[in-house]
Amino acid sequence: MFSYCTDPSTLEGLSWLSCYLTTGKHVNLYISVFVVLTLLAITAPVALLFGFGAASAARSKFLPLRWFGKGYTSIVRGVPDIAFFLFFVIALDQAFEWMRHKVKCPDWDQPIRQGIDFVVCDAAKLPLSTSPQWVHETYGFFLAVLTFSIVFGAFAANVLYGAMRAVPRAQIETAEAYGMTHRQAFWRILVPQMWVYALPGLSNLWMVLIKSTPLLFLLGVEDIVYWARELGGTKTARFTDYPHPNWHVWYFAALLVFYLCFTKVSEVVLDRIMTRLTKGQATAAGEAQRKAAA
Amino acid sequence: MSCVETIQAYAFRSLGFGERLLPRGEYTLCEHFTLIGSGLIWNVYFGALALMTGFFLAVALAVGKFSPNPLFRKPAEWFIFVFRGSPLFIQFFFAYACFLSLKGVSGFFDPFTSAWLGALVVLFCNTAAYSGEIFYGALLSIPKGDIEAADAYGMTGWNRFRRITFPTMLRLAWPAYTNEAIFLFHATTLVFFSGFPAWRQQGDALYYASYFADKTFNPFVPYPILAFYFILLTLVIISLFGFVNRRLNRHLPQERRAKPRLRISLIR
Repeated sequence: MFSYCTDPSTLEGLSWLSCYLTTGKHVNLYISVFVVLTLLAITAPVALLFGFGAASAARSKFLPLRWFGKGYTSIVRGVPDIAFFLFFVIALDQAFEWMRHKVKCPDWDQPIRQGIDFVVCDAAKLPLSTSPQWVHETYGFFLAVLTFSIVFGAFAANVLYGAMRAVPRAQIETAEAYGMTHRQAFWRILVPQMWVYALPGLSNLWMVLIKSTPLLFLLGVEDIVYWARELGGTKTARFTDYPHPNWHVWYFAALLVFYLCFTKVSEVVLDRIMTRLTKGQATAAGEAQRKAAA
Repeated sequence: MSCVETIQAYAFRSLGFGERLLPRGEYTLCEHFTLIGSGLIWNVYFGALALMTGFFLAVALAVGKFSPNPLFRKPAEWFIFVFRGSPLFIQFFFAYACFLSLKGVSGFFDPFTSAWLGALVVLFCNTAAYSGEIFYGALLSIPKGDIEAADAYGMTGWNRFRRITFPTMLRLAWPAYTNEAIFLFHATTLVFFSGFPAWRQQGDALYYASYFADKTFNPFVPYPILAFYFILLTLVIISLFGFVNRRLNRHLPQERRAKPRLRISLIR
């Protein structure tokens, strides 16, 4: 990257380090940090949306919809989440291919599951075997995002369901007394008020979401764990200008520090938001704020 | 092979007894159930041992964090922050890399590079940090009256801790601690996916479940079986901890007893 890096054998100390840390492979590592951040940025709102939908469904008067909502929110209980991650990635992939197979090759007569193989016609393969590398990578990332959203949507649904029930009953009754319909009371009274009750649970969930991002590695995305493993491994002089023994320890220590800083920053920011939201609320924390100000 | 033969061959496969070769070709339901169940032995081993040993460190950490002396408070706070603030997955990777390089320094660290000890150490520290935070929260919410009553009786130091503070702390923390135990058992599934090698394919329940899913391209059989086993395990934990909870609360009137509620806090 720097002009003095052209001949690595002459480098010493810090200048060696500055060259080593800016090689092409290391730039990939830095880019993968953005992969993780992108995942968080997409997953958080989508999961919140799924959660909101499921929580409303669980409150519905229509029985099958309620079953769906309750079933979805309770899948997360009792089973390790990593099992969900491994399950959903394959299951979603097969579901998409199966649907495309049904649409694109209606005259295919062989069974799709042949013994231990899953066979669909060539046109239904996802992504198509002719498509370029980046399509494969994006598709893998998309599957990962969807999986994260489904799993965390279930957690968020649990939190939001609790928050909806925490809104004082009197508020809804007042809305009904004003002649609002069920739908109006839901959107105008319940939804704006539930956030303050939901926030502690949601901020906890955000922390959990941050801490689960290394699982991306298990889903086959080239994330920071992948690159840390790759770069930390033993490098011999034959394949690189920067040979070194097994440096996994340093790379994983760096990841550890990265995650610790990330959680610390989130903690501070979420605390600020909480202070902001409790302002003027009829809760113990809101009351304490009012007293402190007076 | 009939199902009984399969069970004989693979029931203790994860510990290295019985048939060496894993089943091939067509996989029967019986093979799924037996092998995944056999892997569950490792989950129970990691979870139970980490929980039992971690409990003592957790109490020490909670008392340390509660102490007014910064000499005790600061290390406890940092320990809890480091283990709660970073992903367990990275902790496993880091610990494995650490033990691997320490192995070169001294033969003493040899067993630490295998999962049965190395991963146990990580899980021990991890659960100690999470439970330490729970116990610390419970220490904060001990009723003031209890402490004042102990003072009135002239109890101090160790005596007061053993008779008043500790039992009350445990009683208040128990519902949350039950959850911690459940999620610790769930976290044990990460061990063989995070650097620690499964020696001679002796892995845990998830290891075998993903083995089947990889071979058959059919996730709809092994993962639900895994889920079934873990739900059973969760129920066992809830009933065991519920038994202790009833014992801890036996002096209280019926309506004041805290019932454990399953809350989600999940993935570490």
